[in-house]
Amino acid sequence: MTLEVLEGSKAVSDVIGLCKPDVISAYPITPQTHIVENLSEMVADGKLKAEYIRVESEHSAASACLGASLTGARTYTATTSQGLLLMLEVLYNISALRLPVVLTCANRAISSPLNIWCDHQDAITLRDTGWIQLFAEDIQEAVDMHIQAYKIGEDKRVMLPVVISMDGFLLTHTFEPVEVPSEEDVDRFLPKYNPKYFLTTKNPMTFGSFAEPDKYMEARYILNEVLNQSKVVIAEVARDFKDAFGRFGGDLVEEYNTKDADIVLVGMGSIISTMKEVTDELRKRNNRIGVLKIRSFRPFPDKEIVSCLKDKKKVIVVEKAISLGFGSILASEIKSVLYNSGAAPRVDSFIAALGGRDISKETINKIIEKSMTEKVDLEFVDLNRDILPEDFSE
Amino acid sequence: MAKLTFALISKPASSRANKTGSWRVYKPRWKHDKCVGCRLCDIVCPEGCVSGTGKKKESTMNADFIYCKGCGICAKECPVKDIEMIMEVK
Repeated sequence: MTLEVLEGSKAVSDVIGLCKPDVISAYPITPQTHIVENLSEMVADGKLKAEYIRVESEHSAASACLGASLTGARTYTATTSQGLLLMLEVLYNISALRLPVVLTCANRAISSPLNIWCDHQDAITLRDTGWIQLFAEDIQEAVDMHIQAYKIGEDKRVMLPVVISMDGFLLTHTFEPVEVPSEEDVDRFLPKYNPKYFLTTKNPMTFGSFAEPDKYMEARYILNEVLNQSKVVIAEVARDFKDAFGRFGGDLVEEYNTKDADIVLVGMGSIISTMKEVTDELRKRNNRIGVLKIRSFRPFPDKEIVSCLKDKKKVIVVEKAISLGFGSILASEIKSVLYNSGAAPRVDSFIAALGGRDISKETINKIIEKSMTEKVDLEFVDLNRDILPEDFSE
Repeated sequence: MAKLTFALISKPASSRANKTGSWRVYKPRWKHDKCVGCRLCDIVCPEGCVSGTGKKKESTMNADFIYCKGCGICAKECPVKDIEMIMEVK
């Protein structure tokens, strides 16, 4: 095993090169740019035999991947924030057409105000699109997840697109010792994409042409079932990956010191590493506290969450997105699956780090302390009330 | 009803299975009075569902109402105003 100190974006573009996509189409946008910049260079230098399609927008990038994937090509794109929003209409089509496109979302805040730093508001927007949504904790997991993503998405039982969320800057622009697997190992793990149905002039067909009211609901039902059933494949591929490469970051979730815990912190993405460090320190002082990492946000790991959290005293959810006009998203969904389980622990909900505000170990400690002293329905962590005007209409 | 296919894949020319005429509110009626047999109604029909032959009383121009959506383009374009749009009551 050789470790290289790599920038997150470089590590991801290296591993995408190993997955050998036939078609890459993307539009540059911070903080995703390095990934596609590296890939275009690899194609230009002849190191990667892929078609790199330059386009004028993210809508076109997604459309190019859709069209290419329909012909049976393995495809890749990456974007973030406003770019992801511009892709949105096409992304719904990609999932319903059962095309295993892989997309990297370098998580970034949404305008306005313009902000290029990390939060999860962009990726959360894909919640209802029918895409498999995985969140990476660190650069190594992002690398491993991309190999797994093709294997999951292209599985005959699944045939769905996968978006991998990696925190913008926090993971895309930082350096970490990473093991990028060898070409032989990736080739062995990831077979060639061989779809049952694809567009060819030899056998003309139309994908997803038209459904009247007497068929549309059934089509959506199938998509929902397939996405839910993909849980089995996500877990299976994570285990197969462990056997092949020796690394395991969890399947749908990762439970970290949760078995004997009274208190469990829940989150997604790079915040998990900070949570793990804080809870390690608290455990040394005899606090029974653990961390639940949501690795797959869609399909949502309902059973895994219930089995991990049902007997806990307190669940503390920290998330980097908000449903404006309501509040938390991840915490709401966790409450939702716990509610009917008959054993609902107290769930405290914290919204933090919107627009890239740092989450340090102190922040996590403060969140835990607050949650220990009062019931927190919804708290904006580190909100600076000094700069809030008295009157929001002025 | 046939089982749904993967990603609702369909074969060429199979979209005729979708009976889309139920969207119609107004229905074209060929009066077969002044028809000059120019076939403009056939040419302009976005659904390609108008057919027929002949002129005036012998004209058989008509729409396939399984697919006609009552857009009224045929009536609008008819140079001799031999097509009228009538409210369809079901």
